[in-house]
Amino acid sequence: MPVISAADTAWLLTASAFVLVMTPALGFFYGGMVRAKNALNTLMMSFSALGFVGLAWALLGYSIAFGAHPLDYALLRGVTLEAQGTIPHLLFFAYQGTFAIITAALISGAIVERMRFGPYLAFITLWSLVVYAPVAKWVWGGGWLGRMGALDFAGGTVVHVNAAAAAVVCALVVGSRKDYARQAILPQNVPFTLLGAGLLWLGWFGFNAGSALGANRTAVLAFVNTMLAPTATIVVWTTLDLMRTKKATAVGAATGIVVGLVAITPAAGFVSPMSALLIGAIAAAPSYYALLYRARTRLDDSLDVVAAHGVGGVTGALLTGVFAEKAWSGAADGALFGNVRQLGVQLLAIVATIAYSAVVTLVILKAIALVMRLRADAREEGLGLDFTQHGEEAYSRGEGAILIEVKR
Amino acid sequence: MKLVVAIIRPEKLNDVLESLFRANVAGLTISRVQGHGGETERVETYRGTTVKMELSDKIRLDIGVSDHFVETTVDAIVEGARTGDVGDGKIFVLPIDRVIRIRTAEEDRAAVTPVGVPEG
Repeated sequence: MPVISAADTAWLLTASAFVLVMTPALGFFYGGMVRAKNALNTLMMSFSALGFVGLAWALLGYSIAFGAHPLDYALLRGVTLEAQGTIPHLLFFAYQGTFAIITAALISGAIVERMRFGPYLAFITLWSLVVYAPVAKWVWGGGWLGRMGALDFAGGTVVHVNAAAAAVVCALVVGSRKDYARQAILPQNVPFTLLGAGLLWLGWFGFNAGSALGANRTAVLAFVNTMLAPTATIVVWTTLDLMRTKKATAVGAATGIVVGLVAITPAAGFVSPMSALLIGAIAAAPSYYALLYRARTRLDDSLDVVAAHGVGGVTGALLTGVFAEKAWSGAADGALFGNVRQLGVQLLAIVATIAYSAVVTLVILKAIALVMRLRADAREEGLGLDFTQHGEEAYSRGEGAILIEVKR
Repeated sequence: MKLVVAIIRPEKLNDVLESLFRANVAGLTISRVQGHGGETERVETYRGTTVKMELSDKIRLDIGVSDHFVETTVDAIVEGARTGDVGDGKIFVLPIDRVIRIRTAEEDRAAVTPVGVPEG
């Protein structure tokens, strides 16, 4: 009979709250990088995920991901205060829900400033059920990738590679912004982006260290690795910035933090602290150059979901297969410690996730497009999505605003 | 010499600048202004407060040009700023008494002719 641990429960309660705040943090990270006329819309793409994906997770998503049968836990039937491991089952459900929410919200970075809000809501809701939940099952819910021994501590593949694959398809199907590559599109509030990156880092302690599912030594390892990896990424990223433009950019530092966090996510509880520093350092360059390259292509992945989460996630997942160390985690060794096969398993998990996510994302978008227009027209895009989609402005001065008579 | 004053949509500024530069209109000043020009009303709601936004954000361009350049300038602005919907803005052409280029104290036509372009 499993026994509930008070310490484990206390930590997972805290970690769940931390991970939940990552989604608003992502909203600010993204919201700072768009133009002022689309600031609220971009923030709302994250905030609404809290509601729509959160609700879908409770009704069905959790059941698909973690039920022996996809409908076992539908409508939270059987999700009780009974122990699941050393924490109450209900807490495990809530913790996993925060992951589903942020994964769906991550995709929004690829379609900001032009996707209509209704179809966006439909998309992330369906995506969380049809793509996220099954992939989470493959790795964490007793599915085939987990059984093959794919190492994904906190979701490098399930969360980041998965979201990035969907992001490419979304950017391609929805199409580029009308101003993309024609006009300079500058970030409206870089401090928001830094604030978002800082809050994401805080939340990520819950994301990675919470994935130990207890207040134990693995949690400490994951926590410290989550602190260390981005430190190395910031240093390498800033150095690359200095070498290229002689300026250390703030948006670059914010991006470096996120890339370091993405890269350490699959490895957090499996590698030594020195390996975490190496993973953080190595992960900077591929994402850095992917960002530069992407901006010269026709792919309007507006906030570089692919470069940060896709390239960073793939780098992290592969390096997990290199640096994993049984002596630290008790789980498995990587290629560096004689287990070259692990690298192959990691690669298979990446390829399977990308393929499934891309294909099903395409199907969902095409299905939604049958009943709704996916993108804003040129006029709406020109006026901005804040006014056209939400009837609000981020920075309203109130001049010339006339109160409409209210019938009492 | 004339002063061409244009009120345009903010989102069309880049298009207008592009077509002005293509027409070799090099000297101009812009300001962010608000105005009302019969656009369809914009309604915004913040909690229980619903408001009609009577003023829209616009960009004002001030361009001093010599007489024979007025049509070119006006055409370039129209080309860049037109969407066909209400709210595209207006262009006013005003006479100017004097123009002085501060750097050289050149006056009038010499002052509104960009450096390196023959006055013609």
